Amino acid sequence: MKDFVIPGQTGAPAFSDRDHGTPARAGAPVTLTIDGFPVTVPEGTSVLRAAALAGIGIPKLCATESLEAWGSCRLCLVEIEGRRGTPASCTTPVAEGMVVRTQTDTLRRLRRGVMELYISDHPLDCLTCAANGDCELQDMAGAVGLRDVRYEAPPEAPLANHFLRAHAGAPNPDWRPVDDSNPYFAYDPSKCIVCSRCVRACEEVQGTFALTIEGRGFASRVSAGTAADDFLHSDCVSCGACVQACPTATLTEKSVIAIGTPERKVVTTCAYCGVGCSFEAELRGDQVVRMTPWKHGKANRGHSCVKGRFAWGYATHPDRILSPMIREAIDQPWRQVSWDEAIGFAAARLRAIQAEHGPRSIGGITSSRCTNEETYLVQKMIRSVFGNNNTDTCARVCHSPTGYGLKQTFGTSAGTQDFDSVEQADVVIVMGANPTDGHPVFASRLKRRLRQGARLIVIDPRRIDLVRTPHVEAAHHLALRPGTNVAVVTAMAHVIVTEGLANEAFLRERCDWDEYLAYAEFVSDPRHSPEATEALTGVPASELRAAARLYATGGNGAIYYGLGVTEHSQGSTTVMGIANLAMLTGNIGRPGVGVNPLRGQNNVQGSCDMGSFPHELPGYRHVSDPAARAIFESVWGTPIDPEPGLRIPNMLDAAIAGTFKGIYIQGEDILQSDPDTRHVAAGLAAMDCVIVQDLFLNETANYAHVFLPGCTFLEKDGTFTNAERRINRVRKVMQPLSGLADWEVTMRLANAMGAGWTYTHPSQIMDEIAATTPSFAGVSYERLEELGSVQWPCNEAAPEGTPIMHVEGFVRGKGRLIVTEYVPTDERTGPRFPLLLTTGRILSQYNVGAQTRRTANTVWHMEDVLEIHPHDAEVRGIKEGDWVRLASRSGETSLRATLTDRVAPGVVYTTFHHPVTQANVVTTDFSDWATNCPEYKVTAVQVSLSNGPSDWQRDYAAQAEAARRILPAAE
Amino acid sequence: MDTGRLVRMANQIATFFASQPGGRGAEETAAHLRAFWDPRMREALFAHLDAGGEGLSPLAREAAERLRHPA
Repeated sequence: MKDFVIPGQTGAPAFSDRDHGTPARAGAPVTLTIDGFPVTVPEGTSVLRAAALAGIGIPKLCATESLEAWGSCRLCLVEIEGRRGTPASCTTPVAEGMVVRTQTDTLRRLRRGVMELYISDHPLDCLTCAANGDCELQDMAGAVGLRDVRYEAPPEAPLANHFLRAHAGAPNPDWRPVDDSNPYFAYDPSKCIVCSRCVRACEEVQGTFALTIEGRGFASRVSAGTAADDFLHSDCVSCGACVQACPTATLTEKSVIAIGTPERKVVTTCAYCGVGCSFEAELRGDQVVRMTPWKHGKANRGHSCVKGRFAWGYATHPDRILSPMIREAIDQPWRQVSWDEAIGFAAARLRAIQAEHGPRSIGGITSSRCTNEETYLVQKMIRSVFGNNNTDTCARVCHSPTGYGLKQTFGTSAGTQDFDSVEQADVVIVMGANPTDGHPVFASRLKRRLRQGARLIVIDPRRIDLVRTPHVEAAHHLALRPGTNVAVVTAMAHVIVTEGLANEAFLRERCDWDEYLAYAEFVSDPRHSPEATEALTGVPASELRAAARLYATGGNGAIYYGLGVTEHSQGSTTVMGIANLAMLTGNIGRPGVGVNPLRGQNNVQGSCDMGSFPHELPGYRHVSDPAARAIFESVWGTPIDPEPGLRIPNMLDAAIAGTFKGIYIQGEDILQSDPDTRHVAAGLAAMDCVIVQDLFLNETANYAHVFLPGCTFLEKDGTFTNAERRINRVRKVMQPLSGLADWEVTMRLANAMGAGWTYTHPSQIMDEIAATTPSFAGVSYERLEELGSVQWPCNEAAPEGTPIMHVEGFVRGKGRLIVTEYVPTDERTGPRFPLLLTTGRILSQYNVGAQTRRTANTVWHMEDVLEIHPHDAEVRGIKEGDWVRLASRSGETSLRATLTDRVAPGVVYTTFHHPVTQANVVTTDFSDWATNCPEYKVTAVQVSLSNGPSDWQRDYAAQAEAARRILPAAE
Repeated sequence: MDTGRLVRMANQIATFFASQPGGRGAEETAAHLRAFWDPRMREALFAHLDAGGEGLSPLAREAAERLRHPA
């Protein structure tokens, strides 16, 4: 699209769409003159960008501000006084006093000649082209005044262009068909102008290096690997950066081809992982045409992954349930009813349960996929309408140990940095996380920094992609045995302390010195040395020592970690150990360092902030604190139970014991996502009222009595808070398909139980959050409009939010180093179960897969497979693709095996995206000592050849099918 | 409540606090149980104590007793 503005009007809006041609630079101010207008820009800025900043658009094709200048299209030529020729403005940096002319007769002639050559090898089917109206080539032809193309193919044979299928009765050897192998975009080689923007985007922005230009001169073409590779079968990860960068219709979203160009845009926030990318939802009417990462989004800086950009088709999938449904018992079919009847039925049942079993016999689960406002309302309903603290959220099963561990050490449970911080890191530890799959946009930002020379330490049982990927190689990969995180982290601290690498000045100033001395004595014990723990952890001592030295001495050290840290019986202890490492080395409180939990779901940070935990009110204040309770009691007008409530696993235990009988579950599928599926099913089956609010009839709904249709992030207003504490707006682009937004459904249920709430817009809920929660005191929708996003704490002391935490001092005052004794998990391998199973995610699928399984992403991952080392496979007679039985003491399932040395001998690995596999049938009920976060990452298993699905899988499928029957609607 | 589970959880908590310097393991374990366990879980633990407290580690037992009869 054209983005010319009138010269002189430089006061562009804060969030301008304008493409300035080359990236921004930081430097001393330089003043030059462009077409007579004085311009002052930072040193290092290109003339092209300086002109754009002055409001002068120099024609360009190969330049775009997300990529470094390339200088190939020869369209952005300018004249500079005192310099010979006509240099490309994109590759020419500004200089003090420079006098530039962007429009002269010579330049006009040259540009027109260049465009004429481009157009001579480009089909003129603009009217029927998918990029019509959104084509930079078209715009530039207009901008340079191209009126005529003199180069035409001679009527008789051989012709030299790429776009005619045939000429003079003979096929054109240079024509190539469209590659539409990727489900989301098409590659039409006939429209390519070889500007290399796609190739550069793949390298610079995404960091995958899947694309190249093959051939030379006229034979140059974009290629996804070898001649035999199409896009789908290449290394391409379908992030779409190439599609976004393409100035023509060569790489085009299939949705644009199918629907047409969008007519309006709404800035919103992705509902997949905890990176929280900002997107522009581009629409025609209320139909989404495409999702384009928003360049002003501070989490993603204009980049995205395959899920956020492309995998939104679930939002209108026919499996969506749009009518409320109820049933007396779970062996009955569902009956579609009105909202009033469903809500009335649910409210009456919940109240009846409380009348019989007491106020603490019901509870609820808030959703880490829903907005802050919705989460706040659910916990408010539980606390002030149900009258107890039986609220929990899926953070229980992912990052609850982060909450506990960081609160104990630093004083608050959040990540310490913004994502921009990685640009200043020198040594990065990635522990128990797989960013290229789980947090892809952060991974791209990390890889960019690694290509600039930062060093990488990977601590993971599995050889994740980051260990060795194009232009990135980890300095150290500590491939520890699952379950030995604490031993490894403590051994690293041993090296740092005993080799005199601790930052004593930082420790004396910022931490409790006496606690440090006790800690130093503990870690210095020879039993914590890498040599002593090697037999246990499987990590070679020399490698661990080298990694610890690198982290302590290599400059800014940043730690990023994931669920491989938390989902252990010592998850909280490992989090403390990580915080200890940061404090020991002084790597906290400034850009480039810090302790950064990579959050799983879009709003898992927010759901924790909003008081979803049974012991904490919003803002992490314990329910036993009368002052905190008083704030909410005065606003809510109801008393708050001072006793902590049940956590999810405790709710299930209490259900089996008969003291917990009713649950309201908003947007979480505990039957698939929580460990020990049989135990979860037994707990749900023991309840009298299970209310599920979701997009689809998820697995948990098989045990539900009330189903309330949920809505997608496209259908409501609100906010999500990402892993960097950034509060981003979610904006409604279409009406809720079921008629009600999720917050309205909760309000109706609360009101049916006597709440008397009167919210008419989520902004009012945010105002209540701000009024009651000090770290959100400065947050409002107006403020978010103004700033785009804000990182909490946002209050009087930090009106624009807090990108980096613990700058002057720790939230708790002095940082606290805590002794981290390694305690082996009770889950041990033995003769019956000799292998250790660990689990993870894959790029194309998301968690339980409810969303991504309902998109074309399934082409990359149709089923969960078991990764097994060739040695372990061989002794069991297992070959690639064989159907195998995976058994633990909890249960068994079956799936296909793939042989790989990514996992060490003795370790097997799978994903948990598909309900037919139900990897959680196998996981156990062991959990983190402090938080009950399940020990997903360590399960002793046996693997053997199998003939197909297990009996359990067959029974499960039959039960699910029966439970999903829906009676035809009454006439 | 499944007492086996509660005993295991209490023992895990006690194991952590036993490793901390300062000799306040029982107190810290009791405080943790007070802060994070729902009343029925604590009641079930006390009932298990009355029944002999089988399986509780010495520190977990001391913590449970301390929680039940705060000084």
